[in-house]
Amino acid sequence: MQVPAPVEYERARSVEDALALLERRGPEARLLAGGHSLLPMMKLRLARPQVLIDVNELSDLAYIRVEGGDLRIGAMARHRDLLESPVAWEHFPIMREAETVIADPLVRNRGTVGGSLCQADPNEDLSAVFAALKAQAVIRSTSESRVVSMDQFHQGPYTTAVGPAEMLVELRVPIRPGSGSAYEKVERRVGDWPVGAAGAFLRLDAGRVAEAGIGLAAVGAEHFRVPAAEESLVGEEPVEEAFTEAGRLAAEGCHPVTDQRGPADYKRHLAYELTRRALRRAAARARGEGDQPCR
Amino acid sequence: MTTAEAPPANPVGFGRMTRKEDARFVRGKGTYVDDVVLPGMLHGAVLRSNLAHARIVSMDTSAAEAHPKVKAVITGKTLEGLKLAWMPSLSHDVVPVLATDKVRYQGQEVAFVVAEDRYSARDALELIEVDYEPLPPVMDAREALSPGSAVIRDDIEGKADNHIFDWEAGDRSATDQVFERAEVVVTQDMLYPRVHPAPMETCGAVAHMDKVSGKLTIWCTTQAPHAHRTLYALVAGLPEHKIRVISPDIGGGFGNKVGIYPGYVLAVVGSILTGAPVKWTEDRSENLMSTSFARDYHMHGEIASTRDGRITGLRVKVLADHGAFNNTAQPSKFPAGFFHVFTGSYDLEAAHCEVTGVYTNKAPGGVAYACSFRVTEAVYLVERMVDCLADELGMDPAELRLKNLLRPEQFPYMSKTGWEYDSGDYPRALRLAMDIAGYEQLRAEQERRRRAPAPQGAPAPLMGIGVSFFTETVGAGPRKHMDILGLGMADGAEVRVHPTGKAVVRLSVQTQGQGHETTFAQIVAEQLGIPPEDIEVVHGDTDNTPFGLGTYGSRSTPVSGAAVAVAARRVRDKARLIASAMLEVDPDDLEWEKGRWFVRGNPTSARTIQEIALAAHGPLELPEGVEGHLDAQCVYDPPNLTYPYGAYICVVDVDPGTGVVKVRRFVAVDDCGPRINPMIVEGQVHGGLADGLGMALMQVIAFDTDGNCLGGSFMDYLLPTSMECPSWELGETVTPSPHHPLGCKGVGESATVGSPAAVVNAVMDAIGVRHADMPLTPAQVWRAMQGRPLRTDLALA
Repeated sequence: MQVPAPVEYERARSVEDALALLERRGPEARLLAGGHSLLPMMKLRLARPQVLIDVNELSDLAYIRVEGGDLRIGAMARHRDLLESPVAWEHFPIMREAETVIADPLVRNRGTVGGSLCQADPNEDLSAVFAALKAQAVIRSTSESRVVSMDQFHQGPYTTAVGPAEMLVELRVPIRPGSGSAYEKVERRVGDWPVGAAGAFLRLDAGRVAEAGIGLAAVGAEHFRVPAAEESLVGEEPVEEAFTEAGRLAAEGCHPVTDQRGPADYKRHLAYELTRRALRRAAARARGEGDQPCR
Repeated sequence: MTTAEAPPANPVGFGRMTRKEDARFVRGKGTYVDDVVLPGMLHGAVLRSNLAHARIVSMDTSAAEAHPKVKAVITGKTLEGLKLAWMPSLSHDVVPVLATDKVRYQGQEVAFVVAEDRYSARDALELIEVDYEPLPPVMDAREALSPGSAVIRDDIEGKADNHIFDWEAGDRSATDQVFERAEVVVTQDMLYPRVHPAPMETCGAVAHMDKVSGKLTIWCTTQAPHAHRTLYALVAGLPEHKIRVISPDIGGGFGNKVGIYPGYVLAVVGSILTGAPVKWTEDRSENLMSTSFARDYHMHGEIASTRDGRITGLRVKVLADHGAFNNTAQPSKFPAGFFHVFTGSYDLEAAHCEVTGVYTNKAPGGVAYACSFRVTEAVYLVERMVDCLADELGMDPAELRLKNLLRPEQFPYMSKTGWEYDSGDYPRALRLAMDIAGYEQLRAEQERRRRAPAPQGAPAPLMGIGVSFFTETVGAGPRKHMDILGLGMADGAEVRVHPTGKAVVRLSVQTQGQGHETTFAQIVAEQLGIPPEDIEVVHGDTDNTPFGLGTYGSRSTPVSGAAVAVAARRVRDKARLIASAMLEVDPDDLEWEKGRWFVRGNPTSARTIQEIALAAHGPLELPEGVEGHLDAQCVYDPPNLTYPYGAYICVVDVDPGTGVVKVRRFVAVDDCGPRINPMIVEGQVHGGLADGLGMALMQVIAFDTDGNCLGGSFMDYLLPTSMECPSWELGETVTPSPHHPLGCKGVGESATVGSPAAVVNAVMDAIGVRHADMPLTPAQVWRAMQGRPLRTDLALA
């Protein structure tokens, strides 16, 4: 049994309570949501917070609903909630496809959407998903609530825009008719982090790409995105040549590093191959073909 | 409402029945070492080296000792005072209990803290200051013998290199001649990378030295409790009758729990020093980083044949990476284990192998993981070489095997490296596997797919079919040839029938999940006709069982199964004498029918084994020379090893765009002789196939050049799940061993031995590449398709 260093524990009863505790306990306090990244790091003593503020009672942050033209996802929605959400599947099939390949059912029952994004692991599937969807994050402190883009949210590996006395409370994804999305991941074994993964979002208008989003995980893409690849698609017909060019630009625009999951050249190849595959399927969905969400 | 069907009655003897031990396991009521709690028990934690190679300049334990809940801090210096700093390895080397001079691998034990609770013990580790002088680590086995390489074992007087041993088997000149005149020679380098058994339960011990009685009791995760007790007596100078080793329920062993780890000894020393019981349980990373690994064999193979595919010779050179200490649990005469069974299942003219063992700055071990008497490495080598030859000749790999397999009439067969294979009908097993798989249809489908036009979008998967045929050598072994540290590999068993006809059987071997409590009851049931539920199996406690070397190398049924069968037959013979007194007839007039002796020609005149048992304890006047009671014992010294075998066929689909391998089907035909409980055998095969698939596709303990272990957690060391495994398709043939009392050959490790080559052969068949080393991760497959396969024992580059 791996045991963490001594740590204090507080239980937050509400968002306000959690924010007040964060303010009072200072920068060495950490929020405990699903705990599936934080607790293993604590057991290995790589993380040593002085105090854990447990936010698992904040079930009012566990919603997934449509509001104001957005899909709104509370930070405490569990992976399983997103996986099984009919409304998320209806508008953004990429979400279920990504959740299906995140960890295992035990982890998905506990782990939260907000926790995953705040961990900001460069391999995180959901970071790529929300980057591809150009989502917005709602961040709160005791005094204010602010809305940031995903580019602003992700500041680098394990670093986000969420300050020490702040908390991510919601993700907003604008619902766009005529769109399709898909997720592609290569893993060494079910439940593993991706060796490489790509999410794609396409909105078509009059047979051409009106809007494109590509999110890459685990391949060193800045803010999980490859803007050049996205831009190359806009105004083009959603055909194989366009996907191949976007894949090429995605591979060019990322900075994978070699580790035991695979060498950099292979990961770069995956950025190319998986981007193409995700775009293909996203386009088919946008055209109303193939594997469609049930409406 | 549905009416529950009555469960089928248990067989009185061999046959399918649910496992007796599962009643407690499925209720969560097993007792594992970590479940043992004693009054006043303290907890130990081990400080481990974070460096792979460094000199210990100084160590300051004062802050740890000042921790309010710490009871003792033990260092190498403490142990030197007790002459316990070093202990003998299982291979005529020494291993440190705690480092004194240098640390020689990452994760090596440096200090031991005993505290009131596990948390305090762990906290106090951080209060120990060790000043290390880093030394260059030797991480690449292929560089270990280079002149410039750092010398790891400078503790051995006069040692100036990292060489451990050179060993050879077979006939070198005959083999050279075969190769000189060979029409075709194929050469291939291959690595069987370091893997780890990763049992679900990590290693641990609870030691209790009772100062009043002087008796030391050790609850310990061991597959070999008697061997442990004797070694404690030899190492620590404690009297053997004052040591009791209890191996309670064990959560998987796979060879990982054969040896004595420093943690066990430290728990004992902790108990002696504090006067209280001490528990030590390692965590997952400690288990993966410091306990017995398997494989790490760098092999250079050559195979010779005629142009029409008759295999004539095999020649192999092996570089064996043993880590920082030579601590493999091989029989003394065999430093490379049974690797020289590498001629496999084929009729060759000559064969030769040379093995060189080297030290590196990695954890020691090498006993572990089904079957690392090095049979796994040997089978992988020959089965890959045969496929390389098939590729060279343009022959179907199944056809090439059928052409060269030993024929039934050649048994008993003396192999070119000195093994006497006991029995087998190899072509029958392979043909059965091909029938189950539908081999011809599979090849036709593959051909069809290869010719199909490329689809739009994502590329079509590449289909591959892989065959392997293995011969295992297990059930070690004849004591005149095989020993561990001088202890011969024979095992004892005792069978006693109680007055009411229930029985107890006592074993030297120890189950780690294999179902001994069921299998051994069934062996007695088959011999005596007593229902298995009436038979208690006692094992894992040296005070309550006969001596023997324990469970590993698939030896429980081949050795102890034979001992129990012989002992039970002795009980039956004695029962005959008692029945003759009861029936007032000559013993020669009695005939046995399962469960009773009856008078020949008069079947109603009979006495059941239960009636005989009561009479054996009662006032009946017994025949002369019969002492009463109904029991017997046996120490079984196997006359030969047993040779289970099998034919495996794997079908894969490879995504050419990503290198991802999907195992579509896996057919396994095993011949382990008669099956005592077919359900348990199938369970063993299922587990072994998953093991083999894991090694082929994802498992590896690699190291970076700084000496860091890159497989120290389950995030990095991947075990397969049900998602990667197909629904296994099993088949069987039954060829009894002529020298085993039950004909049984053992099966525990067969599937682990036979399956990796089938998976690798299938992937190579799919992608049209001759060879790439395991594990065949998506990256490795993709790189192999690019003609640039990765080296997998080091950090990827």
